[in-house]
Amino acid sequence: MTDHPGSADDGATTGVVEMLARDDVERKRFLKMAGKRMGAGAAATGLAAFIAACGSSSSKSSTASTSKAAPAGTTSSSSSTTSSATAAASSGDLAIVNYALTLEYLESQFYAKVVSSGLFKGAVLSVIKTFGAEEDQHVAALKKVAMSLGTPAAMPTGKFPIKSASQVATLAATVENLGAAAYLGQAPLIKSKEILAAALAIHTIEARHAATLNLLTKKNPTPNGAFAEPATMAQVLAAVKPFIA
Amino acid sequence: MMTDTDLSNPELAEVEVHGMNRASFLLKGALATGAVYGASAVAPFVSSALAASSDIDILNFALTLEYLETNFYQVKGASVHLSGEAKTLAKSFGDEEAEHVAALTGAIKKSGGKPVKMPQFAFPVTNQAGFLKLAYTLENVGVGAYNGAGPSFTNKALLAAAGSIVQVEARHAASIAMLTGGKITPNGAFDKPLTTKQVLAAAGPLIKS
Repeated sequence: MTDHPGSADDGATTGVVEMLARDDVERKRFLKMAGKRMGAGAAATGLAAFIAACGSSSSKSSTASTSKAAPAGTTSSSSSTTSSATAAASSGDLAIVNYALTLEYLESQFYAKVVSSGLFKGAVLSVIKTFGAEEDQHVAALKKVAMSLGTPAAMPTGKFPIKSASQVATLAATVENLGAAAYLGQAPLIKSKEILAAALAIHTIEARHAATLNLLTKKNPTPNGAFAEPATMAQVLAAVKPFIA
Repeated sequence: MMTDTDLSNPELAEVEVHGMNRASFLLKGALATGAVYGASAVAPFVSSALAASSDIDILNFALTLEYLETNFYQVKGASVHLSGEAKTLAKSFGDEEAEHVAALTGAIKKSGGKPVKMPQFAFPVTNQAGFLKLAYTLENVGVGAYNGAGPSFTNKALLAAAGSIVQVEARHAASIAMLTGGKITPNGAFDKPLTTKQVLAAAGPLIKS
């Protein structure tokens, strides 16, 4: 974790949100600061191994097809580490993975369109590029998981209104908050521990994106307060329907 | 990526605290569990350190972390005299961590367990910059801790509750990154789960009893 002494105080004396609300110069300065904050976009570490592990447990005839999501081994001390974690995903997991894949496709396409729109430059553009690249990695990961379980969902064709910087930023915040809620809604329904672990690893990235975009659009980074609210598949699909061609 | 070997460091010795209350006992227990299971992680995303723990143990482990965060924001935040946006965020985040403490305490009782008591903490920061730096670390540790423990829950309702909390920890971490120049997504596209050993390496030295 990088230490940036000094910059903390700079940011604190003038509120992030207040700065955004100010004139264009301040805004640009803030965005420049924000740009420095973006990580180098580390590659997905260990995902290949995760996928390989999933592949080995793929089964067309769901061996973990019962509603007992957690096998008895989960709580026993010996052998639980391996056996329960590699328990095959059920067809329910494939549906969840494909649902997540569809959302990630849309996010990925959205960011690509935003990048090419020319509405953003400099630091904010680099934030958007980083987020977009992370969504791309989510797509790649989920597609491989889906392939290990069955047939991946087809790539949808997104259609997004791209009008102005503020409208796009607001839409991005909406999309990311929805994405975080979507993962949260599915987590308790996932049967495979490995797929659950992957979903959790993605869930908090959507949350980080959402909080960032909320701050950039002058919204509360924790809009639900101390406890984030989940969204059901039906709620999310209804919300994204207008963005699918 | 941290490995268990990386964490076999002297800092862990500080976990061997004196006045052995329930919290430190649990932390030590978790440390032992991590030693058994940490090395045989089945997959990079699965932190198996808590695989043999009960839901109540996981909740108590989380409760200890939430006590730490709450105390940090509310007590340390006041003593370093925060200002501006940092003050606003610390107040808001401290309130939210306190709600996590209350929720976890309630969940432990409801599950038939006994909530750990709040340990004594010591935070080695003296100014706002240091405070924000440690806040960023603690929030990221929180994200990794919950993500690492998540797959080990047997009760799905508790998993849902933990998910609801970890999303907020991630939002806190990103907000602090925005404020300080830290990385918004320090792990790239996939947040890394932490084992109990890794959590202890970061949080253990801050727990005094």
